[in-house]
Amino acid sequence: MSTNGKGYIVGAFEHPTRKADNTSVAQLHAEVAYGALQDAGISKDDVDGFFCTGAAPGLGPLNMADYLGLTKLKHLDSTDMGGCSYVMHVGHAVEAIALGKCNIALITLAGRPRAEAMATGTAPRSWGVNVPDDPFEIVYGRTVANAYALCAMRHMYEYGTTSEQLAWIKVAASHHAQHNPHAMLPKVVTVEDVVNSPLVSDPLHRLDCCVISDGGGALIVTRPEIAKSLKRPLVKVKGHGEATKNQNAGYTDLTYSGAVWSGPRAFEEAGVTPKDIQYASIYDSFTITVLIQLEDLGFCKKGEGGKFVADGNLISGVGKLPFNTDGGGLCNNHPANRGGMTKVIEAVRQLRHEAHPKVQVPGCTLALAHGTGGLLGTRHGSATVILERE
Amino acid sequence: MATMAFNRALPEIKTDPTNQPFFDGARAGKLLIGKCNDTGKFFWYPRGCSPFTLSNNIELVEAKGTGSIYTFTVMRTKEPYCVAYVELDEGIRVFTNIVDCDLDSLKIGQKVKLVFKPTQGDGPPAFMFTPA
Repeated sequence: MSTNGKGYIVGAFEHPTRKADNTSVAQLHAEVAYGALQDAGISKDDVDGFFCTGAAPGLGPLNMADYLGLTKLKHLDSTDMGGCSYVMHVGHAVEAIALGKCNIALITLAGRPRAEAMATGTAPRSWGVNVPDDPFEIVYGRTVANAYALCAMRHMYEYGTTSEQLAWIKVAASHHAQHNPHAMLPKVVTVEDVVNSPLVSDPLHRLDCCVISDGGGALIVTRPEIAKSLKRPLVKVKGHGEATKNQNAGYTDLTYSGAVWSGPRAFEEAGVTPKDIQYASIYDSFTITVLIQLEDLGFCKKGEGGKFVADGNLISGVGKLPFNTDGGGLCNNHPANRGGMTKVIEAVRQLRHEAHPKVQVPGCTLALAHGTGGLLGTRHGSATVILERE
Repeated sequence: MATMAFNRALPEIKTDPTNQPFFDGARAGKLLIGKCNDTGKFFWYPRGCSPFTLSNNIELVEAKGTGSIYTFTVMRTKEPYCVAYVELDEGIRVFTNIVDCDLDSLKIGQKVKLVFKPTQGDGPPAFMFTPA
């Protein structure tokens, strides 16, 4: 059974804060939920499906449904694949709606790693208790930054990818961020700025890394009949795919990501190809994340990502594949260290033709949002959705 | 410019009942790797089941302790350190550190050999590699 067209995104809201010193995580969830419901024109009491992750306080749906006063829930999902979870939740919400398990699904994300002064990318940390790989990795100082740098180093070795090519990804994001009043880094940067910024973990420089921010976002997904009764432009979920990739029992290959599986699954369900995509939200925890995903999603051949992203090819109005027109994680925000939510939200803005006029893709009708959660260099989740304006 | 590796203070490794034999091996100066007796294939990281068949028809065998760098990165913290995947001569790639060398001289493909470094507390030592 295909779920193509069985669900529509009718509400989307991104929290404007980037540092939430005086707001709790639960309250941030409430504010993004309220924002998305207002955007959709739907009342809280119409919500009967709720999606969040392990990043939500307490036991996720239990504590959050209580705080938010969601009393009509009949479908709950807290599947956690790190930052890509919210892309995946769009797919899961459509599945639940298609099966009649719920009618109006609310997906929320919020967090405040910046206010909590969390050493997000450069300090070793475990992601839980009884994690079986921890005893073999934490002692070696595994961090988010070095787990992605390992992939960048190998990509450069195998394909001749350069730091300058990676830098173009940040340059493109900065060109978009200059038009976003909420962006943490709205200044346009050059390739030289990126490669001359301090090394964090070879070959990744400070400007190859995303920002750390507080905030969050929310989405409302519903069935076609309800979507058509609302006043917002219709954004249909055409395809969804998900996957995990890991060390493959020690036969590790760091040159590709789980997007090689999640991407084709989404494209097949949607009945479209990468050439048809007019706008792409691509997870950008680091520049290398973008490059590897673009190859794996089929926007260019494996190994040719460096050439593909160079010379402004990702800049809206300039290149062939406008990406992350809100400035992305590299320049705008990366709420709760999880960028999947904002990837979907900017794709929705593009399809509603509500992106900033300077970055709006003219007549945008087909968009892709893709996320990577966890660590590209050890084990990660991948989720892809393809969205269409109807 | 040379960046000499520090002898970083290593956190205590929190072992569990299933991986205890691996870390007993480390205390005895041995790097043990998983072997699936259903398929004859080696695997990493060590665990109580075969990642190929899910059966517990497995054993730990001693690796030769030599290999080459599959990929690496130098964390440019106050005390820089090198994180790497080393491809063992047995064919599996293990997450590790490269130590006791100039971190700016490392190359992918470089031959390396096994060393052990003590961790804090009474825990087992951590296996690492240094240029051969």
